[in-house]
Amino acid sequence: MNRRPVFLITMLCFGFAFFYIPILSMIVYSFNESRLATVWGGFSTKWYVSLFSNRQVIAALILSLKIALISATVATILGTMAGIALARFRKFRGRVLFSGLVTAPLIMPEVITGISSLMFFILLADWIGWPGQRGFTTVTLAHITFSMVFVTTVVQSRMVQADQAIEEAAMDLGSRPWQVLFDVTLPVIFPAIMSGWLLAFTISLDDVVITAFTTGPGATTLPLLIWSKVKLGVTPDVNALATLMVLVVGLGVVLAGILMSRADRRRDADARLAYQANE
Amino acid sequence: MSKAYKTGWFDRKGWSDIIIGLPYVWLVALFLLPFLIVVAMSVATKTPTAPPFSFGGDYPLLNWEGYERVFSDGLYLRAFLTSVVNAAAAMLLCLIVGYPMALGLVRVAPAWRNILLMLVILPFWTSFLLRVYAWMGLMGKNSWFNKLLTDWWNFVVPVDWAVNSIPMMHTNFAVVLVMVYTYLPFMILPLYASLERLDTTLDEAALDLGSRPHQVFFDITLPQSVPGIIAGGMLVFIPAAGELVIPTLVGNSASPMIGRVISDEFNQARDWPMASAVAVALLVLMVVPTMLYSHFQAKSGGAK
Amino acid sequence: MPAAQAEPFLRIEGVSKKFGSFTAVSDVSLTVEKGEIFALLGGSGCGKTTLLRMLAGFEDLSAGRIFLDGKDMAGVPPWLRPVHMMFQSYALFPHMTVETNIAYGLKHEPISKAAKQDRVREMLDLVQLTQFAARKPHQISGGQRQRVALARALARQPKLLLLDEPLAALDKKLREHTQFELMSIQQRTGVTFMVVTHDQEEAMTLADRIAVMDKGQVKQVGTPTDIYEFPNSRFVAGFIGSITSFEASVKGRDGDHLVLDVPALGAVQARDVPGLVEGQAVTLALRPEKLRITKNRPDATNVVEGQVKDLAYFGKDSLYRITLPSGELVQAHAVNANRGEDAARADWDDRVFLSFDPASAIVLAE
Ligand SMILES: Nc1ncnc2c1ncn2[C@@H]1O[C@H](COP(=O)(O)OP(=O)(O)OP(=O)(O)O)[C@@H](O)[C@H]1O
Ligand SMILES: [Mg+2]
Repeated sequence: MNRRPVFLITMLCFGFAFFYIPILSMIVYSFNESRLATVWGGFSTKWYVSLFSNRQVIAALILSLKIALISATVATILGTMAGIALARFRKFRGRVLFSGLVTAPLIMPEVITGISSLMFFILLADWIGWPGQRGFTTVTLAHITFSMVFVTTVVQSRMVQADQAIEEAAMDLGSRPWQVLFDVTLPVIFPAIMSGWLLAFTISLDDVVITAFTTGPGATTLPLLIWSKVKLGVTPDVNALATLMVLVVGLGVVLAGILMSRADRRRDADARLAYQANE
Repeated sequence: MSKAYKTGWFDRKGWSDIIIGLPYVWLVALFLLPFLIVVAMSVATKTPTAPPFSFGGDYPLLNWEGYERVFSDGLYLRAFLTSVVNAAAAMLLCLIVGYPMALGLVRVAPAWRNILLMLVILPFWTSFLLRVYAWMGLMGKNSWFNKLLTDWWNFVVPVDWAVNSIPMMHTNFAVVLVMVYTYLPFMILPLYASLERLDTTLDEAALDLGSRPHQVFFDITLPQSVPGIIAGGMLVFIPAAGELVIPTLVGNSASPMIGRVISDEFNQARDWPMASAVAVALLVLMVVPTMLYSHFQAKSGGAK
Repeated sequence: MPAAQAEPFLRIEGVSKKFGSFTAVSDVSLTVEKGEIFALLGGSGCGKTTLLRMLAGFEDLSAGRIFLDGKDMAGVPPWLRPVHMMFQSYALFPHMTVETNIAYGLKHEPISKAAKQDRVREMLDLVQLTQFAARKPHQISGGQRQRVALARALARQPKLLLLDEPLAALDKKLREHTQFELMSIQQRTGVTFMVVTHDQEEAMTLADRIAVMDKGQVKQVGTPTDIYEFPNSRFVAGFIGSITSFEASVKGRDGDHLVLDVPALGAVQARDVPGLVEGQAVTLALRPEKLRITKNRPDATNVVEGQVKDLAYFGKDSLYRITLPSGELVQAHAVNANRGEDAARADWDDRVFLSFDPASAIVLAE
């Protein structure tokens, strides 16, 4: 259509304003001199200084990163296995239950996952004496469980798209099953595994509700720390923390985006060259 | 009969057992079992012991009181109603705002499209909690945003109705607004995916056959994007209905949403059976019907 | 040397494949000689791919046996069979370059690195892709991909190469060119080719022998000439080239000719087919190019009169559709050998005579 979609572009502008004004406002107010977080009292970076000298925040950040790293890695391994199983095994005993188990955590309200995990850990401690104390381990276990299904979804859809004939071709060319796995299957789904890992990592790093239910004394992750501060209202040091987090993530995503689109462009150019040089 | 290798490297006993078995066992132990505990707990009896429940040795073995209260006590019914209304409102608003945005993304020049798409996804990667928090800063009584709205309000309404500030925090309005804000990408992305696939020559064919642009939209574009609308609606409605963080931070504690009720029953009242009964009711009344609806919609859509 | 005595290179014996209750391949028996290009020709869904996959070892057999070079293939997994396959989708490894794709079959072979490199270079040369060796599959064109797939399958020196619709993804011009390239590569390497195709012209161009398949069964096996000139069933006659067919019954024999009673044409003499008995219902099939069109009654054994209903002029030849007195339509080809003979050429609505040799008339019992 050659009419300019004025209405649609207006809505886009409105939508992006809606997306970014709150974040920009938060960033601006992180440089607020005033203690009253919503009233402008001049420019200052003191909240950043106090943030970096806050032991609690640093400890929480380290704990969160540790949990996210471990849980994302385990979740990626388990989730990839499940994705491969669902995409490649036509029939196996209990397939229906398995595919149910892989989708249920995606739609289960977080509160329910939270209370169920907590009751499970308490009862387990009651029955077999483990876990004696909730904290790092229980949070990590819970995170693995609900983030692995995201990995599964990503890997499974990539597997379904991939031409299954390439695995047969490798076998046809003399590779034994395990060689096919490492030579062909894993390299081909590797991008999906990576994005699954990234997804699991951010989900773990971001989680409040399930962490709140499964954690114990002494194991305060960054979101839990923010949660406890934010429940009391808006404070300038949270603004500063938020700004830093938004900047780190924003930069990361923008960089990844640029790299990816550049790779895309190069691939397009290559393809064009190939067709020109052809035949 | 000889062994067939029709599916590939994994089609052998030892391999497949590990690949299926490990995640299977994990999910059964850490997801299914805890969930079954919730179901069992919903018919247990509350006791002052630790852990605070029993399956009472004598009659009645199963205690249905939790469910009876869910369906008779005004608190729970109101909480369910609030949840449905808030989640539905958030879903509709997301659709109203998100649909034109998704359509706009499809129609802008391809050079812009990737950048704009990234801008839609970017908030999704930043912390959920902080996105809620950002609105707390805007909605507070003294914030520039609230002042701006107040000035505008005082300008357009009669003098008698003038207010000092607009009460936004701790209202259902705030809950819906923040839900729309945090869940909007979940609506835009599936809509974009389904709109992008549409064949624009259909539009042109319809225009060619004498339809006006708005008729083309309602006759061609909208019906074909129904799967995207359903997918997006589900992705917004289900988490919104069970939401805990948003109502806790910006909601009205006098009319809590169901997630809040579950959490309070569990943590404050230490009534595990009641919390479990409400949780099961939430699943049965809201999540399962939504899933079934979308399942059958998708099926009938696919059959057409 | 009579073929029946020596063990054929590939012997497929009563092979069937069932998917549940559906029979995809039904009791197929074939033999293929070493160094041959053998084509499996048939419509979509007739079981060609399934038969190839059984040969490659990806599907097990519901019944029957396969012998390659005298060895029973039952229980031999795909990676141990000296059979390679060129997949319908080419199935190139997207994460490897052209060179590593071709080298993949040698990767797990116990030969020296230098030998592997030589072999890959040889293959790149064979399919003329040396300058594209470092490209990934998505960076080359469809025709180049097809050649990579071929080189990859040949690199490991298979005894038998299975090609599943090797040319289907190419455009018409490239397809014709590639047909000859395939044949020359086959001649140079001496590998036995089994080519699946649904394109009869492709099968006739490429193959030494063709098996025509329908609904999982092999209808006829023979050289392209056999299959075109001596089809054994209405299906084969209709599938390869075009025919006009008539109901007929056997009236008797006149010398070495068979005399048919064809309601639409009258009495027709045809080449004798042994085994037919008097009174038997048969089908008479006529190919358009075997019919002569003349404006005057010719002096021939089989003549029938008709009227030109339609004619399409293609330049080198013309296609006529002629209505017979009985109302049936017959197709006939006329070669436009001489320029400017417009007066002699039949035109719309002209009354014409069709004639054909007894030897050209195909009589089908089935
Ligand atoms: N794994 C399977 N399960 C069930 N049915 C199958 C399977 N594979 C093939 N079939 C059926 O077997 C029949 C033959 O399939 P096949 O792929 O061999 O056909 P084809 O001759 O190669 O056709 P085409 O020319 O379209 O490639 C088809 O009807 C197909 O639906
Ligand atoms: Mg096929």
